[in-house]
Amino acid sequence: MDTLSNLIEGFATALTPTHLLLAALGVLLGTAIGVLPGIGPAMAVALLLPLTYSMEPTGAFIMFAGIYYGGMFGGSTTSILLNTPGETAAVVTAIEGHPMARKGRGSQALAAAAIGHFVGGIIGTTLLVLLAPMVAKMAVNIGAPDFFAIMLLAFIAVTSVLGSSRIRGFASLAIGLAIGLVGLDPMTGQARLTFGSLHLADGIDVVVVAVGLFAVGEALWVAAHLRRTTGKPIPVGRAWLSRADLSRSWRPWLRGPVIGFPFGAVPAGGAEIPTFLSYVTEKRLSKHRAEFGHGAIEGVAGPESTASASAAGTLTAMLTLGLPTTATAAVMLAAFQQYGIQPGPLLFQRESQLVWALIASLFVGTVLLLVLNLPMAPLWSKLLRIPRAYLYAGILFFASVGAYAVSGDVLDLVLLLVIGLLGFMMRRFGLPVLPAIIGVILGPNAEQQLRRALQISDGNLSGLVNTTFSVTVYAIIAVILLWPLIGKAITRTRTRTPESVR
Amino acid sequence: MTEHETGSAAPAAADPAPAGARQWLREHSELGVAVVLLALGGLVVVDALSMSTSFAQRGPVGPRVVPLAVGGLLIAIAVALTVDVLRGGKGEAEGGEDVDLTIPPEWRTVLLLAASFIANIALIDLVGFPISGAILFWGSAYALGSRHWVRDPVIAVVLSVSAYLLFQKLLGVPLPGGPLEGI
Repeated sequence: MDTLSNLIEGFATALTPTHLLLAALGVLLGTAIGVLPGIGPAMAVALLLPLTYSMEPTGAFIMFAGIYYGGMFGGSTTSILLNTPGETAAVVTAIEGHPMARKGRGSQALAAAAIGHFVGGIIGTTLLVLLAPMVAKMAVNIGAPDFFAIMLLAFIAVTSVLGSSRIRGFASLAIGLAIGLVGLDPMTGQARLTFGSLHLADGIDVVVVAVGLFAVGEALWVAAHLRRTTGKPIPVGRAWLSRADLSRSWRPWLRGPVIGFPFGAVPAGGAEIPTFLSYVTEKRLSKHRAEFGHGAIEGVAGPESTASASAAGTLTAMLTLGLPTTATAAVMLAAFQQYGIQPGPLLFQRESQLVWALIASLFVGTVLLLVLNLPMAPLWSKLLRIPRAYLYAGILFFASVGAYAVSGDVLDLVLLLVIGLLGFMMRRFGLPVLPAIIGVILGPNAEQQLRRALQISDGNLSGLVNTTFSVTVYAIIAVILLWPLIGKAITRTRTRTPESVR
Repeated sequence: MTEHETGSAAPAAADPAPAGARQWLREHSELGVAVVLLALGGLVVVDALSMSTSFAQRGPVGPRVVPLAVGGLLIAIAVALTVDVLRGGKGEAEGGEDVDLTIPPEWRTVLLLAASFIANIALIDLVGFPISGAILFWGSAYALGSRHWVRDPVIAVVLSVSAYLLFQKLLGVPLPGGPLEGI
């Protein structure tokens, strides 16, 4: 019952007028920015970070939670009305959502998405409430070698599970790790890669890296290939559902979180895989299988609920273990560090009030999202018509404001441009961005855990594998690394034909 | 071409068969990424080796170990990537809502955007953010093909001034005000 009283206390904090206003502001800003083409939730959070520099942490995180959920929802609107998903989580939604909109059922698709988000968000957040304190309690007892193993797992998973090329994933990760090295070594105070600059001695601010990679890199990349003929969004009215639609949607809504939550919590790329799994499941279970591909409402309802629940799963891993599993979570983790708060098992003890207010505000945000978005769908769809020149000029503008506001130093703007060009190169040559940002954020942390573990064992490498937990994690890492070989072996024994060259 | 391509394209001029070599380099422009990784790795390793570790070392692992590992990783990946590219591996360019990969990249746009960005960097401490920010926005909008000679600058100034006021007055995040300082 400890959890319940904590949660009630959290609601007491989250429902104060100021915090309620911040949550609503976050949801609105998040949705608006998520709807804007080309801006996913990670960039939304990164660009909006500077707004909270002068806020107290609780208010800031309540707003962020709203931005995160709002941004996830906003992406689906673009998917449905424009057939151009802004972020990976909404790719699947476009498959059925856009045909629905073309058939004049855009309002129903938006409603199925909005309610799906609501259901997925409520169930996902409830699971977070039930599981997070347990995970945190268990994780309190794990030590430096275990943390190092988990972080190594995050590095390996994020580079291996996603994307088509492992080498390119690792290249991205290594770039991120190198950026993370800049600054004074936290244990000895030795300057590393600072080239005598006092500003670099503090390290490169994670906000600058995130904004550079996500916002500046993306804007430059899009500018080089700007589509001259932009698709016309399909106009819609107020979002609503008929009884027949409802009876087809409620099961997918409820099934979504079962798939979404666990996938969100593991470092396997957030919502991309579970939304696809949900789509496949709904297709298999549906009585209207022939409709799939031509606008089946189940194909919107299921994946949207899944995406929303996976966001809750992501937050569970981020809050309890300090482990960001998606780009958005990585940026939020950076925001926590901005306030000198380190998410992890101790967070629930040290910052109990903040965490529970944040969790309560997730419920509040989910409700606000539904209340605001059902009637506002037509307005959001108007945002899709913004001239692209202003949109990307605006992204560069706000990226600069944000980077400069970090410490009021022009050098940050120079770094922003350099990292932005790096982000451009990565997009051009198929290096995924997520491993880089995970490397920047987790790299320094992983180094510290490694050195602490080896300090305890007096330099003996066995100190890294002296717990069951760490051995288990290393076993998982080995399986992931060897998976292509295992997979090959399986297919070889099955088909007994020589493997074809890709 | 991009900055990372010009680096690897330079020796092509001395090649006996420049047209063929240039063609080859264009198809293998991803080798530029390997060059960047190699350079970065070398930098990290050299920096780590030039560190004096004699003082203040706590624990068996000093401040050099991880940089050396990261530098080594970067160099190893540079090699692996080179092999992959020479074997015909290709990184997939990222698609997106407003991205049309069928058209060749427009470097003019990217250069103009970078120029607007650099103008903001050069001017922000001299003339203040309201002016340099407006230049950044207008320049970027121009680079992206907007040619409204009244609407563009008006939006740029309004956006810049309101962002300044929002951050300075409402949010308490200081930005250099230039002529608006003290208002």
